[in-house]
Amino acid sequence: MLRYALKRLTSLLISLAIASLVIFAVIEVAPGDPASFMLGVNAQEDTLAALRAELGLDQSKVQRYLAWVGGMVQGDFGTSYQYRTPVSDMIAQRLWVSLPLALYSLALSTLIAFPAGIYAASRRGKAGDVGVMGATQIGIAIPNFWFAMMLVLVFAINLRWFSAGGFAGWDKGVFAALKSLTLPAIALALPQAAILARVMRSSLLDIMGEDFMRTARAKGLTRAQALRRHGLRNALIPVLTILGLQFSFLLAGGIIIEQVFYLPGLGRLIFQSISARDLIVVESVTMLLVFAVIVVNFAVDLAYAAVDPRLRGRT
Amino acid sequence: MSRALWLGGALSALVLVAAGLSFLWTPFDHAAMNIPDKLQTPNGTHWLGTDHFGRDLFSMIMVGARTSIAVALVAVGIGIGLGVPLGLWAAARQGGWADEIIMRGNDLIFAFPSLVIAILITAIFGAGAVNAIIAIGIFNIPVFARVTRGGALPLWAREFILAARVSGKGAARISVEHILPNIANLLIVQATIQFSLGILAEAALSYVGLGAQPPTPSWGRMLADAQTLVSIAPHMALVPGIAIILTVLGLNLLGDGLRDALDPKLRVART
Repeated sequence: MLRYALKRLTSLLISLAIASLVIFAVIEVAPGDPASFMLGVNAQEDTLAALRAELGLDQSKVQRYLAWVGGMVQGDFGTSYQYRTPVSDMIAQRLWVSLPLALYSLALSTLIAFPAGIYAASRRGKAGDVGVMGATQIGIAIPNFWFAMMLVLVFAINLRWFSAGGFAGWDKGVFAALKSLTLPAIALALPQAAILARVMRSSLLDIMGEDFMRTARAKGLTRAQALRRHGLRNALIPVLTILGLQFSFLLAGGIIIEQVFYLPGLGRLIFQSISARDLIVVESVTMLLVFAVIVVNFAVDLAYAAVDPRLRGRT
Repeated sequence: MSRALWLGGALSALVLVAAGLSFLWTPFDHAAMNIPDKLQTPNGTHWLGTDHFGRDLFSMIMVGARTSIAVALVAVGIGIGLGVPLGLWAAARQGGWADEIIMRGNDLIFAFPSLVIAILITAIFGAGAVNAIIAIGIFNIPVFARVTRGGALPLWAREFILAARVSGKGAARISVEHILPNIANLLIVQATIQFSLGILAEAALSYVGLGAQPPTPSWGRMLADAQTLVSIAPHMALVPGIAIILTVLGLNLLGDGLRDALDPKLRVART
């Protein structure tokens, strides 16, 4: 187990190193000089040079890359060109919106998908199964930002149950904050729930064909009992993979939904920074998201290996 | 032929026909503004109503289908063009350094949040259909590489491949002549799925203003226009939304149906 963990850790570090290089390179070839963007078209050449020196833009690419990576390792994400505040502060502030939103929609998606998937699997081929599967097909086809608009139309504009956008802030109380995240979370969760329900169903159906399930039925358990005691736990492995992927998707994928609801999360931060050519913020937020995805996948892999020794041999 | 295949095929064909027909005929000029007729709900003259400039939504949907299809199709082409050869190569050198590098590279691309990178690419290199295609296409490469490798690996252990090797064919020739035809089914199914994902991605990019630029009509930008008017003209949001849903639904059903129809083993297992 330790050897497996070390091997996975090495490949995790290599992935992170390459990812940081790629992101740095993409930002590096971006046209436009941040210094002249900040000072405007009429800036004097010596002012520009002074600002570039202050921002560290006059150093070589290698120096800048090493400074960026070295800083991030110590939790220093650089200083925003636009606001002159530490990027880590900006990220921390935005995470308080994006992270709860991702967790909220993940919880909603699980709450919808698990019962739906289990129900469909237990009624395989019958009307209930066909109905649930048809609904998931439609759920997968719905663009989440369009669904968000429809939610706003019905629940914010017509029924006035929720506000159409904005974030109340945690200082207004947990309830108010969660309420302003509810419509975005539903919009994000529903298409994800559709995918998760399908995975849950097919995973359960695979398990139902296994010998140990037949044994469980043969010793007198009903189909539901056999599923609950022996099937569910085994069926969860592929479901966990998808959950891990979905969490990172939700963290990053909120980007469009945050636009629809004017939520001050990481997604909006990226958008605002791109349009203001605040590239250091874009660079660091992107790296953080990639880091989250890679680490979550690493954790899921380790969790499997801990649960199922057979998986340790594979990489 | 299953119901999924019929329904999916019919929906996909409908969108294709609408897009093709739009080159020859649309009920109105899709770009013609006619302010007195603005914000009409669906009626006899304007079948799907008009937008805030009085443009005919039905015509815009028809022309917008062209944009969606073009972007998604080329993006899938990029994925197949680069991903399939890489997957074949990795499978032929299973366990070797080429396999290892290709598969690790794949994992790496998967780790990038695709939408964020697509936004990054289009924002930095300029918004537009071409950059949207590239941004979506990059993420299709690892998908096809993985499917190709997964399909090809078991084939390499089969007798007919062994026979081909004995007869003196090299790995590249075997990959093209024997492996590829045997995994074509897999690739066709995956292509329909990636096609539908491409249409969703294009809509999302256009919605935030990073996809096809005006005057090229696109479903995503129609939704962006509709957003501020959603309380007074909900049909402006409903029409493109339903167009996207029906297209993606059709393609997904087509993919499912094709998979069942092309793989006799699955047909038995599913009953």
